[in-house]
Amino acid sequence: MLAIENLQLNAQGKLRHFLSIEGLNKDLLTDILDTAESFADVSEQNIKKFPLLRGKTIVNLFFENSTRTRATFELAATRLSADVLSMNIATSATSKGESLLDTIRNMEAMQVDMFVVRHSLSGAAHFIAQHTAPHINVINAGDGQHEHPTQAMLDMFTIRRVKKQFSGLRVAIVGDILHSRVARSQILALNILGAEEVRVIAPKSLLPAQVEDLGVSVYHDMNAGLKNVDVIIMLRLQKERMNSAFLPSESEYFKCFGLSGEKLKIANKDAIVMHPGPINRGVEISSSVADGPQSVILQQVSNGIAVRMAVLSMTMNGNRGAE
Amino acid sequence: MRIEIVNGHIIDPKNGLDQQGSLYIADGKIVGIMHAPDGFIADTSINAQGHIVCPGFVDLSTRLREPGQSHKATMKSETKAAASAGFTSLCIPPDTSPVIDSPAVVELIEDKAERCGYPHTYPIAALTQKLAGTELSSMHALKQAGCIAVSHGHHALQNLLVLRRAMEYAASYDLLLIYCPQESALSNEGCAHEGAMASRYGLPGIPAAAETIALMQCMELIEQTGCRVHFQGLSSARSVDLIAKAKVAGLPVSADVAMHQLHLTDQDMSPYDSHYHVIPPLRSQQDRDALLVGIQNGTIDSICSDHQPHDVDAKLGAFPETEPGISALETVLPLMLRLVEQKTLTLAQGIEKLSSEPAQILGINAGGLALGNMADVCVFNASESWKINAETWQSRGKNTPFWQETMHGKVTHTIQAGKVIYSAGS
Repeated sequence: MLAIENLQLNAQGKLRHFLSIEGLNKDLLTDILDTAESFADVSEQNIKKFPLLRGKTIVNLFFENSTRTRATFELAATRLSADVLSMNIATSATSKGESLLDTIRNMEAMQVDMFVVRHSLSGAAHFIAQHTAPHINVINAGDGQHEHPTQAMLDMFTIRRVKKQFSGLRVAIVGDILHSRVARSQILALNILGAEEVRVIAPKSLLPAQVEDLGVSVYHDMNAGLKNVDVIIMLRLQKERMNSAFLPSESEYFKCFGLSGEKLKIANKDAIVMHPGPINRGVEISSSVADGPQSVILQQVSNGIAVRMAVLSMTMNGNRGAE
Repeated sequence: MRIEIVNGHIIDPKNGLDQQGSLYIADGKIVGIMHAPDGFIADTSINAQGHIVCPGFVDLSTRLREPGQSHKATMKSETKAAASAGFTSLCIPPDTSPVIDSPAVVELIEDKAERCGYPHTYPIAALTQKLAGTELSSMHALKQAGCIAVSHGHHALQNLLVLRRAMEYAASYDLLLIYCPQESALSNEGCAHEGAMASRYGLPGIPAAAETIALMQCMELIEQTGCRVHFQGLSSARSVDLIAKAKVAGLPVSADVAMHQLHLTDQDMSPYDSHYHVIPPLRSQQDRDALLVGIQNGTIDSICSDHQPHDVDAKLGAFPETEPGISALETVLPLMLRLVEQKTLTLAQGIEKLSSEPAQILGINAGGLALGNMADVCVFNASESWKINAETWQSRGKNTPFWQETMHGKVTHTIQAGKVIYSAGS
C-alpha cells in the first residue's frame, strides 16, 4: 500500500494547506480550536481587525454556489487585513472549456497568496494543492462528497464552547451522510478529538458503503439513535434526492428522520442541536427546534469567522516555516 | 527471411514444450524445433542463451487510439510499444472514431496496421451502429471485411431486446461476442469501487453488482440464443463464481481479466491519483484474491492488457473528471512474472494465459510453436530489471500507476509472421 502523501503539512509538521481533517492529529486540531478561541475572544471585545495578513491576497475560488461559507471566509480574511478577491466561477469557466488547471494558472499569474476553493468534485482541492505554485496555500471550502474541513472545525469549536471537552460525548449525525462532505469531516474530527461515540442515523439509501469503517455506529431509527446523545447534528436534505429515488417524500423523511420537539426529548436533557445550514424547515428540522433553546445553529455561523481566521493565519504561517 | 533462435528455454504450453533448445523459422513459419531442417542457413541468428522463447502474446483488448484520437496515441506508437512488449496479435475494440461499424473503417485500420509493419491487428466490430445501442451493425459484412468478433466496448447497451437480437444475429454467423459487463444504471456516475475507500474519499461508487447483474442477464440470453460470449475485464469475486457455474452448465462462455486487476486493489489507490482511475474500478482485496483463484483454476481463461493510452490532459484534473484507463501493454510481461514469483501461476501457465488461451478464444492460428505454425515468437529475459521512465517507455500514453517502479522481465526480440518486429537495443 502506498503511503498517503500528506500535502497539508510542511517539513516542520505545521499546517500549509488545509484540505482534509484526515491526516491531521489531535494536537493540530486543538491548536486550530485554541487559535480560533483567541480570535473569538478579541472579536467579542469589539476589536475586529488584525494586521496578520496585511499585504496578502486571498482568492476565493467558488466553483459551486455558497452564501455562508463564502461570506465567512471573506469576513475572516478582511479581519486579518488581507485583500480578498471572490470569484464565483460556478461552472461558467468550465462551460467555456477552461480546465481547473487553467483557472488556477491564471490566478497564480495575478500573484496571489492563497486559494480558498469550493468545487463539486471530490479531490479538487487536493488536485489544486498538488499543481499550484509552492508559495500558494490552499484551503478546502468543500470538495464534492469528500470533506469540508473548516465547517467541521467550526462545529468542533461550537461543541467545545458549550460542552468544554470531547471525551465522554455522544454525537449523532442525522440525515444524508452519503452526499455530505460535512459529515465526513465531522466524523473524522470527532474521532480524532476523542468523542466517546459518533453515531449516524439515516436510511440505508443515504449511507455510504461500509460507513462503519469511518468510525461510526449506524442507526436507522431516531428513537434508538438519539438515546443518551449530547450533540445532535442535523444535515441538510437536498430536494433533488427525492427525484433520484433516494427517498419517497419530504413528509415521510420528516416523520422518520426529522428533528421535532418530541424526538429531541429522547436525547440527553442538555443536548445541543446543530445544523451546517441552510436549513430546510419542516424537512429535516422543525422551526421550534431550530429556533429553540437547545439550538446553537446561529452560534455556528458566528464561530465560523473565528475558525476561518485561525485556519487562514495558521496556513499562511506554515508557509513561512517552509521558506 | 530465415531466422534461428538458438539455445533458449522454449516454453510452448499449447504443444507441451518446455525445454532448452533452438527454433528455426523460414517463410513466416516455424520450420524446425530443436533441429534445423536440412540445408537451413539462417539470415539472422538470435542467441537466446538464458532467455525464454515462447509464442508471441495475443491481446484481447488494445486501444491504439486510431482512427480518431491520435492526440492520445497513434497506431504507429502503440504497435511499436506492443512489439517491444512481446505482443504479436492485437484486438482493437470498436470504440474508435469513427466507430468500427463499416467495412471501410475495418479496411482503414488494416491498411494502417500493414503500413506500421504490424499486420496482426484484428478489429472488433461494433455490435450496434455507432455503438448507439439501437440498430444492429452489418455484422456479416464486417466479419467478411476481417472483424474477428463483435462487441459493445464500455458503451452502455440499455435495451435488452437489442442485446438479445444482436446475440441471435451474431450466433447465426458464429460470431463471438466480446462483452464487458456493466449495468450503467447501477454504475451511474461512479468512478471507484463502492466500498470503504470510495466512502472515505467521497468518490461516487460503482457496486460490484453493476457487473454481476449485467453478467447474469447476458448468461440468460446465451442460454436462449446460443451465442458464444467472451466476458471481458472481470473485476469481482461474484463474477468468477458466475462464470464457473456457467462453464459447469456447459454454456459457450470464456472470460478474461485485465492484468492490473490481478495486482491492484482499491486500497492501493494513492488518494486522488488519477492513474488509478480505471473501469471497471480496482476492487477490494477479496475480489482480487478471487480473481487470482479464478485465473489459477482456469475459470478465467486469459489475461488481457486492457491497454488505454491517454494524453496528459486526460488524467489532469479532479479524480472523477479524469478519463479512466491505464497504458498497460509494457507492464503485462513483468506483472505476469510477478504472478509466477508469488506462485499464483507457473511460468508455462502465465505464457498460456497470454498466448494460446486468447488465440483459442478468437479461433486464430497463433499462440503455438508447432511445426508449420505461423512464426509469432517472443524472446524475453525473465530476470532483467528495468525502471519505468520516459527513456524505457514506448507507449505514447504515460498513464500507468506503476510509473517509476522497477520491473523484472524484458522482451529482447519479437517476431511476427517470421519477421523481427522488435529487437532490444536496435
